[in-house]
Amino acid sequence: MEKLQIHQKAARRASGGKSHGITGVVASGNLEVLLERVLDGTECEVNIKTSVEGFDAVWRAVINDFIERHSPGGLRISINDGGARPDTVSLRLAQGVRLMEADR
Amino acid sequence: MKNALAKYRKWSWYEATARERIAALLDSGSFTEFIGPEKREISPHLVLFDLPEAFDDGIIVGRGMVQSRQVLLAAQEGRFMGGTFGEVHGAKLVGLLRYARDDQDAPRVVLLLLDTGGVRLQEANVGELAVSEIIRAVLEARMAGVTVIAMIGGRAGCFGGGGIIAGCCSRIVISEQGRTSVSGPEVIETNMGVEEFDSRDRPLVWRTTGGKTRRLLGGADAYAEDSIDSFRDAAFSLLDRIPAFELDTVEKEHARLAQRLEKFGQCHDAPEIWKAMGIAEPDGIADLSDEVFNQIAQAQKEANHDAR
Repeated sequence: MEKLQIHQKAARRASGGKSHGITGVVASGNLEVLLERVLDGTECEVNIKTSVEGFDAVWRAVINDFIERHSPGGLRISINDGGARPDTVSLRLAQGVRLMEADR
Repeated sequence: MKNALAKYRKWSWYEATARERIAALLDSGSFTEFIGPEKREISPHLVLFDLPEAFDDGIIVGRGMVQSRQVLLAAQEGRFMGGTFGEVHGAKLVGLLRYARDDQDAPRVVLLLLDTGGVRLQEANVGELAVSEIIRAVLEARMAGVTVIAMIGGRAGCFGGGGIIAGCCSRIVISEQGRTSVSGPEVIETNMGVEEFDSRDRPLVWRTTGGKTRRLLGGADAYAEDSIDSFRDAAFSLLDRIPAFELDTVEKEHARLAQRLEKFGQCHDAPEIWKAMGIAEPDGIADLSDEVFNQIAQAQKEANHDAR
């Protein structure tokens, strides 16, 4: 298992009022994404635990792209990964912020 | 949100994740999760094997409403570690069942959305203990007047300790895709050889452990189409037909099992049993539509015995 942490400021706070949400399943080629609205301002933190080692640069590229596109300010995002491809990771992250857009 | 959920209701139970099943089964917005993923009650064992963890340890427990009726429910995620019973996973289910047993204000119906290969091998001893505790908790909840309904139709089926737990429930709902047994096909083949059971023979696996066979033999009490709507309807159709949990029920069931062995003990394959039961075209059972199959099953005495 490899652990990664990415800390970055987003352009805006994530919209919606939901305090936390989860999407996806930890399985081969899949991942779960837990999102919690616990950080101040536009801070965003992504913690990744992955079963596939050595893809640090790819993870950073995917997460940076996600933060730029979806601006998840205020969210702490925790990922348990079972070896998902980058496109699946992007999809789950997008599903996650959409989930958080709910009122509660 | 309501419309967003409506589309899930026709969704395949088999294909849905545990959380999707809950979202579509319950009235919109009625679910309250106990010990949700944000509490991070994860397995303490998987890290020792350098294996991925899940924030909910592969089971979701909580309460909600189905057609305005309060229920407790637990849903296993069959795709995480095969829906297996680990220490935390099991403890969450035991806690839910004991809550039903002890708190008179708790809902009197527990739905178990089982999707499991049995005990998680990496947590062998605590997993076995968890299964024992769950069995006891199911039986104690039933003794306290709680109805426990098992719903089986997921990818992992319902095997090992899960098969025993299902057998201890008040009622079982199953779909054609659902399979249940104690030893799974691969386990039987590994221990007894391929001539005893060929686990790669998919039609054989389904004829032996699948939903249609279980329903015809009375090992399941209702047969659902593979949709979340149909599972809900089938489970609720059983609520007014819950057998009393008492010695008489158990004795009737033992007598019935002895009769079953006597009648069908010499059969080598499911169609032989169906033929002996008087079903007109036993070889055609697998190809029947859900609707026609349900009519046949409902007409069978063997399938609808009061003692399951």
